[in-house]
Amino acid sequence: MSIKLTVISEIERIAGEHRKKLAPLDEKSVLMDTGLDSLCFAVLVARLEDSLGVDPFSTSDNVSFPVTLGDFVRVYEDAAT
Amino acid sequence: MLQPDARALRQHLKGPHGAGRYFWGVQGGVALADLAIGTSLGGRAQELAGRSVLLWTRDQCAAALALIELDGLARRIVLCPPDTDVAHLPQIIADGEIDALVSDRDASEVAPLGIALHVGASAAITPIGRAPDGTRRTEWLLLTSGTTGAPKLVGHDLASLTAPIGPGPDRPVWGTFYDIRRYGGLQIFLRAVIGGGSLILSSAGEPVGEHLRRLAARGVTHLSGTPSHWRRALMSPAARMVAPRYVRLSGEIADQTILDHLRAFFPQAAVGHAYASTEAGVGFEVNDGLEGFPATLIGVGGREVDIKIEDGSLQLRSARTASGYVGRGHPALLDADGFVDTGDMVELRGARYYFIGRKGGIINVGGHKVHPEEVEAAINRHPDVWASLARPRRNPITGAVVVADVVLKGASDEVVTFAHAAEVEREIIAICRRHLVPHKVPAAIRFVPSLDVAPSGKILRHA
Repeated sequence: MSIKLTVISEIERIAGEHRKKLAPLDEKSVLMDTGLDSLCFAVLVARLEDSLGVDPFSTSDNVSFPVTLGDFVRVYEDAAT
Repeated sequence: MLQPDARALRQHLKGPHGAGRYFWGVQGGVALADLAIGTSLGGRAQELAGRSVLLWTRDQCAAALALIELDGLARRIVLCPPDTDVAHLPQIIADGEIDALVSDRDASEVAPLGIALHVGASAAITPIGRAPDGTRRTEWLLLTSGTTGAPKLVGHDLASLTAPIGPGPDRPVWGTFYDIRRYGGLQIFLRAVIGGGSLILSSAGEPVGEHLRRLAARGVTHLSGTPSHWRRALMSPAARMVAPRYVRLSGEIADQTILDHLRAFFPQAAVGHAYASTEAGVGFEVNDGLEGFPATLIGVGGREVDIKIEDGSLQLRSARTASGYVGRGHPALLDADGFVDTGDMVELRGARYYFIGRKGGIINVGGHKVHPEEVEAAINRHPDVWASLARPRRNPITGAVVVADVVLKGASDEVVTFAHAAEVEREIIAICRRHLVPHKVPAAIRFVPSLDVAPSGKILRHA
């Protein structure tokens, strides 16, 4: 599964667990408008660390937190290369 | 309040009290009646009169016999658990003002300690006709089981250690998964000696199946251990061989799941859990089969153990409480009113208090406090879960999140398929969401074959 698909499937799973209504997701979706709260994002980062083997936000000082879903996926893609 | 029995330990073995009673070790049994007219210390006990004795043995039975000979004779006994770090001994010797050593260790191990008087200990008794009777009120110093730094010496005597022991069953055969050189195991040792029974000792490194076979062969009637000890025991096929009348848990939070497992596994047994610590002594025993304890136990005045709760932390005061830490530079153990703050956090739900964790063990998730133990209790409700450990993982958004290591039933001898694990993970998360507020639900679950258990029988919590 591509990194992008992994991220989206985790977001959908977490939204389901936390009973959040998810806005339609695309590259330009603003993360804070997706319907997830900060706890959901904390869980997302933890889950992605297990599935992708990396937490780019804790391992590098230079990563600023992304604004859009596209930015978020790119942070993981960059960390994986 | 119970009137503590003022007799020295050896008096409980004399005459008809000693007949037919044994300490059973891996090597065989020692008849307790022999100790009334014999010695395990080569007949040198009298040399230890009035001394501060470091009891540092390899063999647990040798320690048990030495305790009986030394009580009433020595000024003080410092009881070293088997895993005492040699590097900490100089501090222990200084704090305890040690001037004699009782040990079954080689001269090469003992010499560097620089203790002038060394009396050899043994798990065998040799006859000497008449053993000396002591009437001194010997101090018993136990070591705290902290995971960092040198252990602290906790001051007790036979009166405080035996104060929780009421009239017991007739000629019990006690067994314990603990080592008797820790508070939980020492309570069982004293129950056996004072209560007219026998004791089947554990042995470090012995496979649990072998231990259970020995317990069965000697006819154990009363068996004690931590919830972690019990989970390990129930995973052994040999658990079917023992049929205790009394099953006791202490040392860790006994959650409903392990209590229910034990009741189902040993339908003929009374299952009870005790709250105790080396410093506070035994606080109470709960025998109604439910986790937590009734709120009616809380109160001060007119009761055997005074119990209060301050800032959620359980505080105890009783004749069972230690006198304090011994040695320089240690914090006061008792507050101005004589209470010990146990650091164990409780929460009132209905008419019952529940243990939710340790004061210092809190995980901070975005400013919300989480006790790992309450998360574990929720995870353990899943029927396929055998044991779990909740711990923090650093997180860029909330500072930390809760993650959990989970051992599934049969994890050690069956292949847990990926699909099954994924399904169980979803179910665990669903259970947690039903029973916990969202920030306490584990963000991630890892399935592991086993959890590390410390020599004290408790799950290792530090990362």
